Amino acid sequence: MPDIADRPYDDAPLSASKDSDAAVRIATHEAIEDRGDSLTGWAVTINRPAADLYAWWRDFSNLADVMENVDRVDVIDDRRSHWVVKAPGGTLVEWDALVTEEEEGRLIAWASAEGADIANSGRVTFRDAGARGTVVTATILYDPPAGVIGKLVAKLFQREPNIQVRRDLTRFKQLMETGEVATNAMNREQHEEQAA
Amino acid sequence: MKALTWHGKHDVRIDNVDDPGIVNPRDAIIKVTATAICGSDLHLYDGYIPTMQSGDILGHEFMGEVVETGSASTLKKGQKVVVPFTIACGSCYHCGKHQYSGCENGLPADNQDIARELYGHPMAGLFGYSHMTGGYAGGQAEYVRVPFSDTGPIVIPDGVDDEKVLFLSDILPTGWMAAENAQIEPGDTVAVWGCGPVGLFAVQSAFLMGAERVIAIDHFPHRLELARTFGAETINFEQTATYDALMQMTGGIGPDAVIDSVGLEAHGMFVDNAIDQIKASTFLGTDRIHAIRQAILACRKGGRVSMPAVYGGFVDKFPLGAMMQKGLTLKTGQTHVQHYLPGLLDAIMEGKIDTTFLISHRLPLEQAPDGYRMFHDKQNEVTKIVLKPGQ
Repeated sequence: MPDIADRPYDDAPLSASKDSDAAVRIATHEAIEDRGDSLTGWAVTINRPAADLYAWWRDFSNLADVMENVDRVDVIDDRRSHWVVKAPGGTLVEWDALVTEEEEGRLIAWASAEGADIANSGRVTFRDAGARGTVVTATILYDPPAGVIGKLVAKLFQREPNIQVRRDLTRFKQLMETGEVATNAMNREQHEEQAA
Repeated sequence: MKALTWHGKHDVRIDNVDDPGIVNPRDAIIKVTATAICGSDLHLYDGYIPTMQSGDILGHEFMGEVVETGSASTLKKGQKVVVPFTIACGSCYHCGKHQYSGCENGLPADNQDIARELYGHPMAGLFGYSHMTGGYAGGQAEYVRVPFSDTGPIVIPDGVDDEKVLFLSDILPTGWMAAENAQIEPGDTVAVWGCGPVGLFAVQSAFLMGAERVIAIDHFPHRLELARTFGAETINFEQTATYDALMQMTGGIGPDAVIDSVGLEAHGMFVDNAIDQIKASTFLGTDRIHAIRQAILACRKGGRVSMPAVYGGFVDKFPLGAMMQKGLTLKTGQTHVQHYLPGLLDAIMEGKIDTTFLISHRLPLEQAPDGYRMFHDKQNEVTKIVLKPGQ
């Protein structure tokens, strides 16, 4: 059983740990359902109240607007949603996700249901940061499968898994702060090509 | 439309490309009426800046007429605007502090990774300046898509000639911020390395901020001559040992503040510069820094170092010991253009600042490739080239 002795005098987030095995062990013990052995995370400060950000995120069907690889999220009921995620080569991977814990305006935790193409779990927290807005922290645990799908997943999460969650949170911040997602497309045709 | 496009080292062309259009609600489309070639465009031309792609449209100093607006733009069709070279959202924490070049939302998310690797943080977007600064199409074209048009562009009153206000887009605010970063006190002596546009505007700005003496350093006689017209004393480093001259001209104290407006592409006749050149040609990340090195050595104890010059990567032989031992303060950064625009437009309209002296050549857009060659080869005569699309 892991305890605080695993991380003496260290307040750093677990996803920044150099000892990923210990980090996963502690994370799954403390806060996240056990759905894999790869832990990643990032945080952004968004110049909006936590309540607004939470409300937008909690309607999971919105997330495809900022998550590059997510084709769509169908909300099934208050706890369950179905995720369809783009993989290279025009294929799709899918899973059902369940909300495992939530606190209005502060926290959403989830875990994939049995049979997921990519098992995953995680939590996103919304912490009031006064005049700077809200600190949004996402921590994700996933199980990179082997074989063909494994290669797709590696691409899905880019070379370094942090990059994907960082880019997704960046787009979330852009949409919430500016009302739009920044693009260098010169016109709508280019914009659609880039999205495809 | 026609646009000036980059295809490789010393290879820029006029190409026919797709017209831009509104993509996001805060966008506007500007019909470019005047656009300048910047000294920093020569860094692209010489192939010093990584993450360029063949076909990229260059140009970050431009102005024009609003021809189309997105649903959330506050501009109106027919307005004349000058567009800041930095793309900043106006809504994030940094924009709120008027640190616009640190905007967190100006760069597309996919274009933020390289800056994060190199600098630790992504910066604001830039028009026409490689993909690590956003991959945005630039203004040396007939039309440009301008994101966040409700916060960046400044509306110019009717009847004002383009050439009077064009340099609000970059070099005038950059020269002004350089002088501001020198934290000038009345009675100060300020030394400015480099009499390009930014250096010359820094000379003007330093006097407006209360400097008693400004000493300008370059090796192009014509540029030194221009610095003199604003009241600067001058040093030609080709015929003078700069450090010795500065010490004697300041009674052994050294300048109270020094400004490096040379940067990455310092053309100096120095041994260490030759070594730097070899490094720059073999590894992009090593910048050549003779000017800043000399400025730091000459600066008086407890003095201020202002660095508007563009640096992109890493430097060797940076005199950190001199910085520490003499207790110098270094202030630098990409220009927070949006912050300075209203005040500088007023100064131009009131006649306190005139920047039109700088323009040495005017060309139609079609001749832009010749303009680049000329600017690159004849830096004494060519102080600024203004391109006029549609003329």
